[in-house]
Amino acid sequence: MNHPPYIHVAVSLLAAPFLFGVINKVKAAFAGRKGPPLLQLYYDIVKLMRKSAVYSRTTTEIFRLSPLVSVAVGVLAVMTVPLGQKESLISFHGDIFFLAYLFGMARFTTVLAAMDTGSAFEGMGASREVQFSMLAEPALLVGLAALSLLTGESSVAGILSSLRSGVDSASGHVVLPICVASLFIVLLAENARIPVDDPNTHLELTMIHEVMVLDHGGMDLGFIHYGAALKLWVFSSIIAGLLVPVKTSGPFAGVLLVSAALLLVTVSVGVVESTMARLRMLRVPQLLTGATILSLVALIIAMR
Amino acid sequence: MILFLAALFVLLTGALVTALAGRRSWANTAGPLFSVAGSVLTLVGSLMTLVDGRWEWMPSQAENAVLSIHLAMDPLSAFFCAVTALITGVASVYGSGYLNGHSHGKNLGVSWAFFLVLSASMLLVETAWNGIFFLVTWEIMSLSSFFLVVFDGEKPDVLKAGWIYLVATHFATAFLMVMFMILGSSGSFSLSSAAIPPAMKSVVFILALIGFGTKAGLAPFHVWLPEAHPAAPSHVSAVMSGVMVKAGIYGILRIVSLSGGPFLWWGWLLLIAGAVTGVGGVLFALAQKDLKRLLAYSTVENIGIIALGLGLGLIGMATGHPVMTVLGLSGCLMHVLNHAVFKSLMFFGAGSVLHATGSKNMEIAGGLMKRMGRTGAFFMTGAAAICALPPFNGFVGEFLIYLGSFRAFSVQYKAQSVLAGILAISALALIGGLAAACFTRATGVVFLGEPRSAEASDAVESNLAMTAPMAVLACLCLVLGLAGPFTLNLIQPAVQVLAGRSPFMDAIVRSAGFNLLQISLAGLGFLILVLVLRSVKNTLLAKRGAEQGITWDCGYTAPDVRMQYTASSFSDPVVTMFNAVLRSEKHLHRPEGLFPQSASVETRTSDVVLARLFTPLFILAAWAGDRLHGMKKGYNQIYILYMVLALFALLLWTFFQGYAQ
Repeated sequence: MNHPPYIHVAVSLLAAPFLFGVINKVKAAFAGRKGPPLLQLYYDIVKLMRKSAVYSRTTTEIFRLSPLVSVAVGVLAVMTVPLGQKESLISFHGDIFFLAYLFGMARFTTVLAAMDTGSAFEGMGASREVQFSMLAEPALLVGLAALSLLTGESSVAGILSSLRSGVDSASGHVVLPICVASLFIVLLAENARIPVDDPNTHLELTMIHEVMVLDHGGMDLGFIHYGAALKLWVFSSIIAGLLVPVKTSGPFAGVLLVSAALLLVTVSVGVVESTMARLRMLRVPQLLTGATILSLVALIIAMR
Repeated sequence: MILFLAALFVLLTGALVTALAGRRSWANTAGPLFSVAGSVLTLVGSLMTLVDGRWEWMPSQAENAVLSIHLAMDPLSAFFCAVTALITGVASVYGSGYLNGHSHGKNLGVSWAFFLVLSASMLLVETAWNGIFFLVTWEIMSLSSFFLVVFDGEKPDVLKAGWIYLVATHFATAFLMVMFMILGSSGSFSLSSAAIPPAMKSVVFILALIGFGTKAGLAPFHVWLPEAHPAAPSHVSAVMSGVMVKAGIYGILRIVSLSGGPFLWWGWLLLIAGAVTGVGGVLFALAQKDLKRLLAYSTVENIGIIALGLGLGLIGMATGHPVMTVLGLSGCLMHVLNHAVFKSLMFFGAGSVLHATGSKNMEIAGGLMKRMGRTGAFFMTGAAAICALPPFNGFVGEFLIYLGSFRAFSVQYKAQSVLAGILAISALALIGGLAAACFTRATGVVFLGEPRSAEASDAVESNLAMTAPMAVLACLCLVLGLAGPFTLNLIQPAVQVLAGRSPFMDAIVRSAGFNLLQISLAGLGFLILVLVLRSVKNTLLAKRGAEQGITWDCGYTAPDVRMQYTASSFSDPVVTMFNAVLRSEKHLHRPEGLFPQSASVETRTSDVVLARLFTPLFILAAWAGDRLHGMKKGYNQIYILYMVLALFALLLWTFFQGYAQ
């Protein structure tokens, strides 16, 4: 726990694409396939980074800028969310909101880039993205508010490290699982996973996030993949931190435990993806509203 | 003080000069010159007052006279004057470009005279220290803005919007008159000696909330905003949306500061009104097709956010919770400033689009970024700021309100404050998501993609007088976003007018300032990171070369403009979800058969409150008026009889009053 935060940042920036490999291996295992290598996303990104680009004549600068914004947002988010250690590089009261609105910035540019292409598909994806993220936002912020009320902290690092020093109150044992459930739904929605979105399809009318990046290719697509990996890493880190609310001793025990939890979260994403079908579009708002209600329940219990 | 009085002198002289100039072409240069001069003087003067203290000015020395010209500027007034001066100055420069060549031979001198009178009257409202004088300046402000709204009065819908505005503003004035009567019941209308009888405290507050809330645009009294703001010329829309509605907020704050401590339920009322106004405003904004109407509804939304902050602050004051008080009120004032900046910027952008395409209808626009790159970039900056995205300024004010709500949990445990915090957080989160939907839609449909009409594809960039003010405001969006700690400290004297001052509060401000500093640093880091990545990418691409093609979109060979997503289709999922509130009309003609020939869909979302509350109410009033019509026979004898009866009734009333004592 005493290693400086920037080691965590460096490790996270390097390890984030690995999570996608884990998810794909789990899915392959369920399907009885061998599956792509664990490091597949690294290969993809490296390959994409060596390519040139093709841009539509319709597009403007925002189309070229949006993949970079996603990566920059991911980097800042990684600096904000710790993984097992006490402190993070960026930490202050209320950094939760900063985090949520940073991802808002990434979404803003991604949606605009999609509309920049002037295509029907991408406009449709953009429209759905803003609808679902509008519903996921209260679930995320209210869930974090419940945790803040429980711990008396208002920064991500503060909440997580306070949880790691043990939860004593009876309500805490109820609040935590509910928050984990709610934030896990937010994770699936925000990272475009089943049951909200299907990361495998590009060609169906039910797609959301994947369709918004249809026209990005080459380096831009590489940046987008990397930004998505960082985003998944950050959301999984938060949930992993919630899953380890036990007192840990020793400098690395905490980091190891939380890293194990991080893998567990990733595996769960893969399991959900293998065992569930994508929900119908009309059902998705109900799922996300359900997550908001879960967060509110957690908040009310935490108030007691 | 001297600077402020000089500014008033400049503005009013300017009004006289431009009125005399009339149709001469130099009126369009003189107006902005006077306005900018007045603004600079006011800005310097009020910033000085904001930093140190307060002044009063009373030429007649008759403090207790019913009507006396009595001005006073404390830090609260100074803050609002500074915001007003900033926006009116910038808007006047934009206005000269906007009116140039688009006035169709109208009398620009008179228009500028009203603009200057409006600027001066807003400053007077924010410094008037005599109740009756306040009402007079309030009325001048309302009337001058009415004449500005009906600048294009030859169009029937503009005139109708003007009438709605005129009725609404006098509805407000009626409540304010009663309120000042109660304030002056001790015999003096000076605000220093305004002693509100404890029993009347809440009556005064409710009257102020309705009267000032109507001007500010609090639901359900917001109905005039989406009518009047789009109808006015864009520089006037910017001033009305950016600063004139804030005169309403100023009024509420002033009454709170005079009341000597708010009750708890005042805070709750404002908090709930703010949540309803905010969510309702942004929902209606999302459903609009008229760009300026969308922006007007978004002003309603932002007034909701300001009211959320204020409500939080008042709850903090009533429950003795200094963290909530300071952060809530600071967030409220900060958002007043930030909203003034980005909303004016966006109205300027909408005005440029209107000039370039001749329409406010978003559905015929598209692809304007390629034709009007500067306007597009500035509008996009404003959109990011209004969605409260870091590192732009909108985030700073909302962050303070969020932080105030969160700290309500952890500092001092009280059920009321926790509930208030939860309400504020949920409302802000929902508003944030909806605002993102609303403004990606506005920016994306208008500026990105392919042009949807010949007007849009022939659009050209506006002149320098219009783009330069937008550049100034867009830069301010970024600067204010990065200068959070500085602004927070700057507005503290204004917060202290309401909340008082204690060492503990200073510590809260220092701590919040530290958080804002972290945000600024992180925001700066973010910008640098994006720029570095961009230069790396561009260097690599320059070697490899980037090709141009058509939009791939899964292999279309000839994508057509009509395949593009429209504004209505973009917002349809959300609008359908909230149809219980929005009550959109939808005329759908589905494609039928194997080879469908025609299909169409048309949606319209009109204001629910106007259609279902005020229109029936006014029809009822008109009906009642018609019934009374029978009393008007045209015979003098009957009128004299009415007078005698009225006098007799008064006589009886006084008689029984004396009897009761």
